[in-house]
Amino acid sequence: MSVWSLLAKRLGLGILTLFAVSLLIFGAVEALPGDIAQQVLGQTATPDALAALRREMGLDRPAVLRYVDWLVGAAQGEFGVSMANRRPVADMIGPRLLNTLFLASVAAAIAVPLSIGLGVMAALWRGTTFDRTANVATLTSISSPEFFLGYILILFLAVQNPVFPSISNINPTMSFGDRLYRTMLPALTLTLVVTAHMMRMTRAAIINLLASPYIEMARLKGMPPAIVILRHALPNALAPIINVVAINLAYLITGVVLVEVVFVYPGVGQLLVDSVSRRDFPVVQACCLIFAATYVLLNLSADVLAILSNPRLRRPKT
Amino acid sequence: MSPFAIGYFGALIGASSLAAWSGRREALVGAFLLLVVSAFAGIVWGGAALRWITLVVALGAAAVGLAYSFRAFLAAVLPRDAARAIRSAPLTASFGLLTILAYIVTAVFAPAIAPFGESQIVGGAFAPPDDRMLLGGDQLGRDLFSRIVYGARNTVGIAFVTTVLTFLLGGALGLLAATVGGWVDQLLSRLVDVLMAIPQLIFALLLLTIFGTEVVTLILVIAVLDSTRVYRLSRAVAVNIVVMDYIEAAKLRGETLWWLITREILPNATAPLIAEFGLRFCFVFLTIAGLSFLGLGIQPPTADWGSMVRDNAQLISFGEVTPLIPAAAIALLTVAVNFVVDWMLQRSSGLKD
Repeated sequence: MSVWSLLAKRLGLGILTLFAVSLLIFGAVEALPGDIAQQVLGQTATPDALAALRREMGLDRPAVLRYVDWLVGAAQGEFGVSMANRRPVADMIGPRLLNTLFLASVAAAIAVPLSIGLGVMAALWRGTTFDRTANVATLTSISSPEFFLGYILILFLAVQNPVFPSISNINPTMSFGDRLYRTMLPALTLTLVVTAHMMRMTRAAIINLLASPYIEMARLKGMPPAIVILRHALPNALAPIINVVAINLAYLITGVVLVEVVFVYPGVGQLLVDSVSRRDFPVVQACCLIFAATYVLLNLSADVLAILSNPRLRRPKT
Repeated sequence: MSPFAIGYFGALIGASSLAAWSGRREALVGAFLLLVVSAFAGIVWGGAALRWITLVVALGAAAVGLAYSFRAFLAAVLPRDAARAIRSAPLTASFGLLTILAYIVTAVFAPAIAPFGESQIVGGAFAPPDDRMLLGGDQLGRDLFSRIVYGARNTVGIAFVTTVLTFLLGGALGLLAATVGGWVDQLLSRLVDVLMAIPQLIFALLLLTIFGTEVVTLILVIAVLDSTRVYRLSRAVAVNIVVMDYIEAAKLRGETLWWLITREILPNATAPLIAEFGLRFCFVFLTIAGLSFLGLGIQPPTADWGSMVRDNAQLISFGEVTPLIPAAAIALLTVAVNFVVDWMLQRSSGLKD
């Protein structure tokens, strides 16, 4: 099978998944006992009020039509109107989405180089004190809830030694440096969680690779270790490492929700949590769709990059 | 320099010299690195930092000692086969076992250990610690220590029930899909693919918005969402077993589906499934704690570690450590389970690397 047909197949599957996910998110709310109007107005609502609200929200139309409308709107960045304050959902999410992306990028920019470096080191020096210390440290970091790590950082870096502010109230008028400074603590918290995951997975991928016969062959014919790593291990390690990075960037999405709440960071995660407690369905649906789509796209790009970087697939035997 | 600092650095220099003299390379590296770090910390942050480092090192040493003696104790008490396995276990695993045991004891005997009731108001809001209230009061004046003890029962109990449910559901469907194959397998597998395409916490938030936040709903939602992972694993394990000759033989004997799954496949799939149980428990536990922290999980007045952190978080900005204790309790249990699972995975895969 050539690379292109593999890619086309994977892309098709990705689009199909996106559709299924949107259907699931839309359908879950449809499965609500009664309907949204009933939920909003409660059991005591008069039939007239119910009918009026249903007409206003378009609930009197068939579910299939509403789903198509919702999906077409979502593709154009329109998510309907919030039930809590009647503002367009897109206006509420827009600026917050930028903030969340900013936070995730800062965290990724620190975490990715750090964890790949540490992971390769741990794989090369496995069994040493460094490896074992790293193992216990990463395991501890993975096992801690995100809010625990966040509050520890607040305690040590904001309260006892006021280096960074404990509340990350950023807004668009701030300069880039100021925003970076205020985003530092949430970004560091995310870095701690993600680095631990990424480092363990990188270590496992590299160890797996170093056990393969061609590495042993290269060693046995007397190649210097550095050349073995650079010529033989790294090109083949690219696919697993890309995979590790993508999985963890996807993991950032979930982590971001808790971390944003801890640091009162004005992002989509915070909005999602607030809307869940207010039972503001259009906002929750929109946030879920955005998070899920990002997640699906990250996984998709991981697979695509893995296919593209696989030497065996790039140069098929003729 | 205070006498404490002089004694501190003296002891460290002595320890490094001793390690160097007796040729213990790792001890030397460790002690000397600690010396460098403490010298740096002492200059930058003063004596308080040295006390923190001493506390951390002492706690670490106590954990190592406890794990070491617990391992020796288990090896002495248990029958021969188990004793041999225990003796070769790493210290981390024995520490994990001891910690899990301590949590179970706390959860079972919570009413006997806690000095006050779960939601009994004892003193003023945020009362400082004294003889009566070991860790002080929470935001309503309830005893924080008692609530942490009861939290072991509620938080860990709910997570455990959820994990068991996750396993029954995911494991049964996974084994079924692998054994029956065909359209059942296709249908279940595609359904799981779609469920797994949405980040779990996000999906849980959506479902909790719809179905409300009672404990039963919480357990069911998390169990269904998490069972997808168990399904994947048990199916993957079982697919390799189903092609074995003894399964073929059993099919030819005319055994029922129930017999095939419970008598032929399950016994050969237990090792990876038990390790997975530990990992799943950690995930479920952290998810529930996270949801409770967001105020969408276990609801008050039930004592629960996640929501306790949320309720008392404002104390942290005054430099108080007490709100972090429930969070630390969550982390400690997860670490302990992970340590034990690590050991079991290493044993079952025969990897020494």
